[in-house]
Amino acid sequence: MSHHNGDTRPPMLQIANLHVAIGDVEILKGVDLAVRLGEVHAIMGPNGSGKSTLVNVLAGRPGYTVTQGEVLYEGMDLLRMLPEERARAGVFLAFQYPVELPGVRNWQFIKTAVDSIRRHKGLKELSVREFDRLLQDKVRTMEFDPELIKRAVNEGFSGGEKKRNETIQLLMLDPKLALLDETDSGLDIDALRTVASAVNTRRSSSNATILVTHYQRILNYVTPDHVHILIDGRLVMFGGPALALEVEAKGYDWLRQAAETTG
Amino acid sequence: MQPTRVISRHTKDLDTEYKWGFTTEVEEEVAPKGIDEDVIRYIWAKKQEPEWMLEWRLRAYRYWASLKYEEPRWASVHFPPIDYQGIHYYAAPKSVTGASSLEEVDPEIRKAFDKLGIPLQEQSRLAGVAVDAVFDSVSVATTYQKTLEKLGIIFCPFSEAIQKHPELVRKYMGSVVPYSDNFFAALNSAVFSDGSFIYVPKGVRCPMELMTYFRINSPDTGQFERTLIVADEGAYVSYLEGCTAPIRKSNQLHAAVVELVALDNAEIKYSTLQNWYPGDKEGKGGIYNFVTKRGKALGRRSKISWTQVETGSAITWKYPSVILQGDGSVGEFYSVALVNNYQQADTGTKMTHIGKNTRSTVIAKGISAGHGNNTYRGLIKIMPAAHNAKNFTRCDSLLIGDRSGAHTTPYIEVRNPTARIEHEASTSKVSDDQLFYCQQRGISEEEAHFMIINGFCRDIFKELPFEFAVEARGNLAAGSVPPPDCFVGCRLLAMTIRKRISGTGY
Ligand SMILES: Nc1ncnc2c1ncn2[C@@H]1O[C@H](COP(=O)(O)OP(=O)(O)OP(=O)(O)O)[C@@H](O)[C@H]1O
Ligand SMILES: [Mg+2]
Repeated sequence: MSHHNGDTRPPMLQIANLHVAIGDVEILKGVDLAVRLGEVHAIMGPNGSGKSTLVNVLAGRPGYTVTQGEVLYEGMDLLRMLPEERARAGVFLAFQYPVELPGVRNWQFIKTAVDSIRRHKGLKELSVREFDRLLQDKVRTMEFDPELIKRAVNEGFSGGEKKRNETIQLLMLDPKLALLDETDSGLDIDALRTVASAVNTRRSSSNATILVTHYQRILNYVTPDHVHILIDGRLVMFGGPALALEVEAKGYDWLRQAAETTG
Repeated sequence: MQPTRVISRHTKDLDTEYKWGFTTEVEEEVAPKGIDEDVIRYIWAKKQEPEWMLEWRLRAYRYWASLKYEEPRWASVHFPPIDYQGIHYYAAPKSVTGASSLEEVDPEIRKAFDKLGIPLQEQSRLAGVAVDAVFDSVSVATTYQKTLEKLGIIFCPFSEAIQKHPELVRKYMGSVVPYSDNFFAALNSAVFSDGSFIYVPKGVRCPMELMTYFRINSPDTGQFERTLIVADEGAYVSYLEGCTAPIRKSNQLHAAVVELVALDNAEIKYSTLQNWYPGDKEGKGGIYNFVTKRGKALGRRSKISWTQVETGSAITWKYPSVILQGDGSVGEFYSVALVNNYQQADTGTKMTHIGKNTRSTVIAKGISAGHGNNTYRGLIKIMPAAHNAKNFTRCDSLLIGDRSGAHTTPYIEVRNPTARIEHEASTSKVSDDQLFYCQQRGISEEEAHFMIINGFCRDIFKELPFEFAVEARGNLAAGSVPPPDCFVGCRLLAMTIRKRISGTGY
């Protein structure tokens, strides 16, 4: 299970034998995964294999039932924490389908989020000016249309704009553990490059990233430490960046068969 | 399988702790329970009113009695029969009767208003706002009267107006809401005890916000106040009313009448923050708020604008309306109605276009949480002579949880083909995904609700006149003074408004 033989520090995130159901249907069937500070993990897998389920459960999205297993995050029992507590403890989920909040200004939303997390850390809320300076900086890096900051959160945003908006929030909140659920999907090549560079700039020994993706192309810009393949609720294979290329070339069928024979 | 762990959790109800439910111990003079001609005479005598008032009251009473306790039942609100003989129609703190200055007002009553954040002292936190404080059936203090008098503005308790300005009262009282208008207006006309009277003379812009604060204290007592505002040609006035009541197990009746008259080029802006006790979580107790509010935009290019934030009361039955009589007159209605637990609100407006080129705007936002039920009821009526009348109406409903209800019943009656009428409506629900999205960003569920509600109500909140306090607090660099808490029932709305005012980008 553990393939981090060289590193003796305890992982920041340790998922053990995680089983998750939606209603009566079991979606995750025993997932084990250890993520250490400084690492970037890519998770790939066919549609419906449970990738979003995994990251959603980590973030505390309602509607899932954990039937077995546990998750330790920085020594805490993650699954017992409320979603906002997880967020304040540094877990960030970039949504596969970002949610629209009609009437709520994007600016206000991000500031409220930043301030909530700062309060939790015992820091003062940012002044309007300080916040605006930080935000404008990210807006520039992300080549984000500044008008979108004044509009309602994600309302009427294009698919790509929504993904960039998730990335701006990622940069503003600067979490310890970033869960990016297909943040690269639906982006044109320039946007893909900026999102990838956002992930790269963040990369440091004080945080970690799980990148859910269908495409090897983002991995041309972000080199993951580990690539995992999730099929039918199980992590059936892991490897280095080369595994992503192999999947791209051969598809998932050969892995599915391998999973069936071992599973 | 192992024991199940469910990650989701139930949505908490909105926090509706009612902080203004205290009672004040004062000796009160109370009319015997029940209503008949003797009680009307008792009230009339207590108030030492002229003869014509007795006639007026009795006429109203006789009309009301002819209705045989049959309230209008067309609204979607449900309540058991009201025992009209079980109510005191008059209750006044003894100390007030005859008090001629603030110093003579019972310290307990002053303390009560202090607790509510309503200053009865002129040099106070809300300096620059003239206040008429009404406690049960009587006005206990009115501030800044002298300052206003210099401009010819009359701002006084209704009972004082009857004594000192009978010509104005006789000319306008009942001219917009006749006593025969409806059941509750008739009852009010028979027994009303106090309220505010405002007259702004020709060409005068009232330089300060005028405010009346209504406090029900005495048990089993109804409050029947009456407000009359007259803006003479070219005058302008902005008026704000607020209200609270103690927590009591039984329901209490509040039936007010408000009449506004705007002459040529005059403008009246009337704002309400209604925060009567809403009843408990099971729906016990709370105020029955049956109110008739109407303005007559009598003069050419006159304007009447209603803004209301209705968060209190067990039942709200209220349709602030405008009769657009003067050519080019304008009527506006901006409303937020929030119901929670078992509250019921049936509220809306009636815009009656009579003059040419009249315009009306209606924006109503209903928020329903818990088992609350919210109905928008509106009528846009274009009379035959109202050439080129225009109306725009938007009704938005927001549902929180899945046991609350929202209904919209717009009526349109057009008798002039040149009219242009637009109606938009929407219903939305705060979804689990929206809440989760906020929570995932570290925002608590409560704050998420408040952010979403705030976004939903933005158009209305910006109509509220809180900026008035800016000048008054020149010593405070940042922004204006938030409204006293007691104005806003739901904590969420209070937070919303406070944040908006503290200027943190909301
Ligand atoms: N609310 C739901 N009710 C029922 N089934 C659901 C629900 N949400 C997800 N599922 C099912 O759970 C399975 C896993 O879904 P999940 O979204 O985790 O897949 P995924 O790997 O992220 O797929 P994709 O690559 O398409 O995003 C799918 O079969 C999906 O249909
Ligand atoms: Mg997915």
